Amino acid sequence: MSTAMRFDGELAEIRFGCGLSPNHALATGPEDVLSQLAAPDLAAQAWPIPDFDGAMAEARAYISLRQEQREAVGTEAFEARNVALTEQRARLRDLRADWFRSRLLRCATSAQPFRERLTLFWADHFTAQGKVPALRYAASPYVESSIRPNVSGLFEDLLIAAVTGPLMLHYLDQHRSTGPNSPRAKRVSDRRGQDIGLNENLAREVLELHTLGVDGPYTQQDVRELAELFTGLGYSLKDGFTFRPGWAEPGAETVLGQSYGGDSAQLEPILNALRDLARHPATAQHISRKLAVHFVSDAPDRHLVAYMAARYQETGGDLLAVYAAMLDHPEAWQPQLANVKPPFSYLASACRALAIPPAALGGLSRGQINRFFLRPMQAMGQRWEFAGGPDGWAEADAAWITPQALAERIRWSMDVPARLLRTLPDPQQAADQALGARQDARLRFVVSAAETEREALGLILTSPAFQRR
Amino acid sequence: MPARTYSRRTFLARSGLIGCSLAASPLLTPVSFAAAPWDNRLVVIILRGGMDALDVIQPYGDPAYAGLRPSLAGGPGNGGLDLDGYFSLHPALAPLMPLWQAGELGFVHAVSTPYRNKRSHFDGQDLLEAGTPGLHQRRDGWLNRLLQVTPGVEARTAFAIGQGEMKLLQGPAPVSDWSPDAQLALSPQAERLASLMMEDDPLFHAALSEALDLARDGAPSPLGGEKRPAAHRRIADYAAQQLRQDSRIAAFSINGWDTHNRQSGALRRSLGRLSDTILTLQAGLGTAIWRKTTIVAMTEFGRTVRENGTGGTDHGTGGAMVLAGGAIAGGRVLGQWPGLDEAALFDRRDLMPTGDVRAYMGWILNAMAQTNRADIRDVIFPGVDLGRDPGIVRA
Repeated sequence: MSTAMRFDGELAEIRFGCGLSPNHALATGPEDVLSQLAAPDLAAQAWPIPDFDGAMAEARAYISLRQEQREAVGTEAFEARNVALTEQRARLRDLRADWFRSRLLRCATSAQPFRERLTLFWADHFTAQGKVPALRYAASPYVESSIRPNVSGLFEDLLIAAVTGPLMLHYLDQHRSTGPNSPRAKRVSDRRGQDIGLNENLAREVLELHTLGVDGPYTQQDVRELAELFTGLGYSLKDGFTFRPGWAEPGAETVLGQSYGGDSAQLEPILNALRDLARHPATAQHISRKLAVHFVSDAPDRHLVAYMAARYQETGGDLLAVYAAMLDHPEAWQPQLANVKPPFSYLASACRALAIPPAALGGLSRGQINRFFLRPMQAMGQRWEFAGGPDGWAEADAAWITPQALAERIRWSMDVPARLLRTLPDPQQAADQALGARQDARLRFVVSAAETEREALGLILTSPAFQRR
Repeated sequence: MPARTYSRRTFLARSGLIGCSLAASPLLTPVSFAAAPWDNRLVVIILRGGMDALDVIQPYGDPAYAGLRPSLAGGPGNGGLDLDGYFSLHPALAPLMPLWQAGELGFVHAVSTPYRNKRSHFDGQDLLEAGTPGLHQRRDGWLNRLLQVTPGVEARTAFAIGQGEMKLLQGPAPVSDWSPDAQLALSPQAERLASLMMEDDPLFHAALSEALDLARDGAPSPLGGEKRPAAHRRIADYAAQQLRQDSRIAAFSINGWDTHNRQSGALRRSLGRLSDTILTLQAGLGTAIWRKTTIVAMTEFGRTVRENGTGGTDHGTGGAMVLAGGAIAGGRVLGQWPGLDEAALFDRRDLMPTGDVRAYMGWILNAMAQTNRADIRDVIFPGVDLGRDPGIVRA
């Protein structure tokens, strides 16, 4: 172990937190970073987001207003009902902007930034999206209910919470999948002459993305059997998650050589299969590697990954122990910043470094949230809460630093922070706040040679030292 | 074909335009002087999500077809546009029928990459773009390797367009990468300082240099009108704009093919975008360049031959390629049709692939870029069995 590869408080904030902040003291050691997870969730209290049930209430309101509007087509009542529907639609958009703001403020102000990073990481690992208007805004409440409370427990609990989350069941089509020999399939076939059946989407992604990994020891047959086992998982807008025995494929299913279920359709065998998948050595490897890639380097040292995976297996997937192993390993502390911040983290870390007052962000209208944050993020390659697929956002640095994305990062840095600050900080002070010890002579020259304070600020935020972590 | 000895520079010099008024000439400002390695144009479109070949080029002549697709029924009786008495075209591609009649639209059916069994989008796309027999064998993409074996390539020769990653163009050969939405306007001083600051970080340095270059001459698109055209049209228009100049290759994606649910609506929308894209390219390229152009649309895999329980189809194996352009000998559905009997299917669920997309693509490169077969077999698509030349690009 090289002497340089040891704990460094600034590095802890940059690599495992949301970046440096003039308002917070540096972490003092790996235990200090981990202790953030044991403390009450202060950022969620300060910047609340409703749980998924709250979002469902809004979705129900939207659907019933839409129904009423449709029923009124051609009648005198139409105009008023159309206005009511339009208002609810606007309300959903406002809520989405509010929730984005809360998530930004949590990263920008939290004294427990490791929790924010883990929440972002696992929300991405378990990407779920609304595919219909009523649920298009539901991703933040899903993260609030299914992901955030589970980031430091057993992986199996996180897996179960995410996979049985209504938004995941919706996103990966599980709520429509029916056992081909289930009572429901027979009924539909008798009544309507239609054959309905399985949809493999969720089962495949659970194996490929959520647990074993694409190189894992599973076959198409395992996908099929797991899809049959999953039948019955569903949700309703009224009650949230439900298990629907009438949709379930009768009989036992064999996944990775293990038999689950049997005579009567029940939820427990499904949860048991998820628990077994969570504890599988291939999952230990996949999850450890993904964490190391995300937090340390696109090409993590194999000893680091092996060390984490060993802790994972010893503890049956205790995530806190896996994080402790990561923070304990010298490879996690290589001083060279290897990864690039994805757009959301980049913008949030800029707000944090410049200590943009929460009131300045709190006062932004929905239109300003779009103009200052959501649209720029999209131009940087990250459409908020809508990754390209269930595999989430890219980890590879090159995916984020393309010419057009970098152009947008520069444009944003030169423009938006200055709009959010009443007075611009002295450039050298801004450089100290944003970069700490990670300034070289060239950067100091650049800061001193800029023609305006605004450009100096923009250049600091676009320096590779600030864009990496 | 003899090596090109004729470049825009010599043309301009001979015609007397170079000289006293070089800087003032309106003809010179938007073009650079590079000579491209060949004259033909290639557009590669990746259809991400797995296009359902059976619903796009509908094998209504196959006796098993109707039974497999009760609600997603195709064929002339259900609105399909008859192509050749056996296959019909999805009605959402009706705007392309004039191209079919002119021999400028064609298809290859029942093809796939070597990817089998796991049916993952991400691996499927990785393999499609890597062009290798198996996963994780090469870090670069096959289209980048074409550039690697071609002398005289410059960054502008090939463009990856749009905001998504285009792995098929990634690799050591220089390529340009741009989105029609990007903008960058810096003061000269800020530009200099930003370059200085990023000099030691190769990733940032390369991206910045390219962004500055492209911002300098990325003239706004001539597409007028009050409303901004949809993203796919802007991409096609930008591609055409580059291909009219020194670029020879453009690659971009059209997403939205993962039709697990209610396929009829989703597929119609995606096909609409594909059809728009091809027609926007045709209009933007102009007749002379359109005649030299081959457009190839490919997807990571096909979908299950049977409908699933939710009015859609799941991930499958054999799929199809869509070919267009004035350079192709179209008006044909190429490929060897395996049939849809249960016994003829792959894994009793998917269309059996009878050809390799890499072989068809290899022959296209052979014809349009004069790439020799050894380079195609050994470098671009390692180990591909090229088989007989299907004659897609007109000689």
